[in-house]
Amino acid sequence: MLGECEETLRGTVRSEVVRICPEDFQGITPKLAVKAGDSVKAGSPLFYEKNQPGMLFASPVSGVVTTIERGEKRRILYIEVKADATTEYLDYGIKKPADLSAEEVKQSILDAGIWFLIRQRPYDVVAAPGKAPRDIFVTGFDTAPLAPNYDFILQGQEADLQAGFDALSKLTAGRIYLSISPKSSNKGLREAKNVIITEFDGPHPAGNVGVQINHLKPVNRGETVWTLNALDVAIIGRLFNKGIVDLTRTVALTGSEVKQTGYWKMVIGTQLKQLFQNNVTEGITLRYISGNPLTGVKIDADGVLRAGHSQVTVIPEGDDVHEALGWASLSPKRYSAGCTYPRLKKAYRLDARLLGGRRAIIVSNEYDKVFPMDIYPEQLIKAIIAFNIDKMEALGIYEVAPEDFALCEFVDTSKLELQHIVRSGLDLLRKEME
Amino acid sequence: MKALRNYLDKIKPNFEEGGKLHWLYSTYDAFETFLFVPNTTSKRGVHIHDARDSKRTMIIVILALIPALLVGMYNVGLQHYMAIGQEVSLLNKFLFGLLAMLPLIVVSYVVGLGIEFAMAQVKKEEVAEGFLVSGILIPMIVPIDTPLWMVAVATAFSVVFVKEAFGGTGYNIFNVALIVRAFLFFSYPSKMSGDQVWVRTADTFGMGRGSVIDGYSGATPLGQIATTEAGSFSEFTFHGITGDPLSISDMFFGFIPGSVGEVSTFAILLGALILIATGVGSWKTMLSVFLGGTVGVLLVNTFAQNTIMEMPLYYHFLLGGFAFGAVFMATDPVTSARTERGKWIYGFLIGLMAITIRVFNPGYPEGMMLSILLMNAFAPLIDFYVIDANIKRRLKRAAAVSQQA
Repeated sequence: MLGECEETLRGTVRSEVVRICPEDFQGITPKLAVKAGDSVKAGSPLFYEKNQPGMLFASPVSGVVTTIERGEKRRILYIEVKADATTEYLDYGIKKPADLSAEEVKQSILDAGIWFLIRQRPYDVVAAPGKAPRDIFVTGFDTAPLAPNYDFILQGQEADLQAGFDALSKLTAGRIYLSISPKSSNKGLREAKNVIITEFDGPHPAGNVGVQINHLKPVNRGETVWTLNALDVAIIGRLFNKGIVDLTRTVALTGSEVKQTGYWKMVIGTQLKQLFQNNVTEGITLRYISGNPLTGVKIDADGVLRAGHSQVTVIPEGDDVHEALGWASLSPKRYSAGCTYPRLKKAYRLDARLLGGRRAIIVSNEYDKVFPMDIYPEQLIKAIIAFNIDKMEALGIYEVAPEDFALCEFVDTSKLELQHIVRSGLDLLRKEME
Repeated sequence: MKALRNYLDKIKPNFEEGGKLHWLYSTYDAFETFLFVPNTTSKRGVHIHDARDSKRTMIIVILALIPALLVGMYNVGLQHYMAIGQEVSLLNKFLFGLLAMLPLIVVSYVVGLGIEFAMAQVKKEEVAEGFLVSGILIPMIVPIDTPLWMVAVATAFSVVFVKEAFGGTGYNIFNVALIVRAFLFFSYPSKMSGDQVWVRTADTFGMGRGSVIDGYSGATPLGQIATTEAGSFSEFTFHGITGDPLSISDMFFGFIPGSVGEVSTFAILLGALILIATGVGSWKTMLSVFLGGTVGVLLVNTFAQNTIMEMPLYYHFLLGGFAFGAVFMATDPVTSARTERGKWIYGFLIGLMAITIRVFNPGYPEGMMLSILLMNAFAPLIDFYVIDANIKRRLKRAAAVSQQA
């Protein structure tokens, strides 16, 4: 895809307000810990998990809570905090994870409100602190289209990264598996201690933690593993090394419609409009995405950086394009992963169109080609649609996350919403089982 | 194109909810999406999509069928003028074939697509493209002299009971086009068999009028060998409709009596190349059909008792619908096995069964159709076992872990 990110740190973005959207934290029922008018510090909780009151969610900035926006059924859409000019951090004290017990490490992360960085399989939700994981898997690179380079982002954060690994190693009786790419050069990744390092080579989804787990040590029924990416490990490490909750991410601004790509530092929830101002194509409708074009979330032009993302992408929306006789087209602008179109260019300018109508699953072996796991994706999807619990379990539902199906959804000739199907299947299954 | 777009936008409100032509919305949508790529954008999930859609897939299959269709049309003319003993130009022969073929194509499409459009409207869905392929396959696999009303009845039966009753394109168990042929053969055996149907001897729209020459016989080569009285294959020769012997190159390029699609192995191979190069058809299925056929023929050759059992391998592949079935019918993704390992088994058994039916069933010299339909029914079973192996592996893995613990 066009719009690869240039590896330059261009500065820091601060916005007047930040917005935290509880829907970013999968599997959570938020209960507010603040009300409008309260003042908060960076690191003090905004809300907590209803069924697990100890699991807090930290504010990334200090300031005053201005709005709590609710949607249908009083669901919390976002919590808005007006940020102070200089951020005041709540002091959690500098600690050395190596000297702490497992319980102390866990409590520190929960109290600091950044537990949400740890996710679990099965169900691909924020990890349940009560259940010890078999192993912890960390991916040290991202292979998604236009993805940020972890080596670059982690420069200077090597110590935090190691502290993060040390802390995580307390939380499991099993191992920590760190996956890196052969190109990974960052010493913090390559020479990390307390972890088992495996190299994964190849195109997307080689960087997906689900694929790595399936090849290293698959999840069986009844087992739980935790997953993180290396960037989040560094944020956890920062808590122990500095004693503060610093939810600053180095974010890659990418996409074919961005004039000047590059990396910016900002906290989660930062409004992105100043980043887009005078820096995107004008005159056409654009799609703004927090995250990558496969798994990211659609945001507005004045939207915010969502909690889990280190990438913002801008591509054309494409709803004003009427392409004639697309089925007969030999246009070099059309990109297909298969061979039904000539492939003449190296990088393409893709828009958000579906490029076809919804159909039943017709073509076979289409998903398998982009799904490098020992799982039959098509049959699993069908089991999920039918919500046949036995079949889903038998076919490996516990091993997958929606993001693993992102490429299947991209290549799908039938244009089905596979990630949504998997997400709702996992949610329903979790409800049935817990 | 711009004017067309404006026109479509102008008439669109008539078809939308509340418009007076709303009952034709699916039809409108089918034409609109045929003319222009829909500009709907993704609402959730991935933001970018592959340019390949269902229409592209189907158009590639049709493209792959074109060589066989063209050669087949030419051959219809060729056989006709040979039968009436007239010498005309190549173009004339092709034109005759084209005219003979057109009514079949039109009837097949009008009946099939008519039902598809109506069903889509009733179900409030988009019109699926599946019948675009079936609709061209049908005239290519039925005898050229099949009465049009029969084609219409068989097509309607097949689309309604084999496809729509199961839920439409993507849900059918049996190959729609093959069911049309099977329906014709079992419902109207007197009209469908014998020597008369494979070669058009009558004129088409007044073209090519003439009477059949002496010594004419319209039997297909497979029909000839199934009914031969020759004691062994070495005493037997295939002959054309005029009685002259047929050469291997006649069979390879398709100048023999037979249904339009199946005669030219050469054109079918061209189609196979297109399907494999674009990844639309599975080379695994194609190859395994031929492998299954090879094993079958070698077996019957070894224990040969009669002429057809002695018939060498290459004749089996060149004659009848073997190659056409392997390339265009067995590879239909909906009715074939859907797992990769399953495709090997599925294809192999099709090849094997086709030879078995050909050799051991003297009343019915063409085995490909029945063998594919039979394996259509078994494809889900094959997949079941392939997937079950994966499930067992997963259970075993879990059991091994719990034992350690």
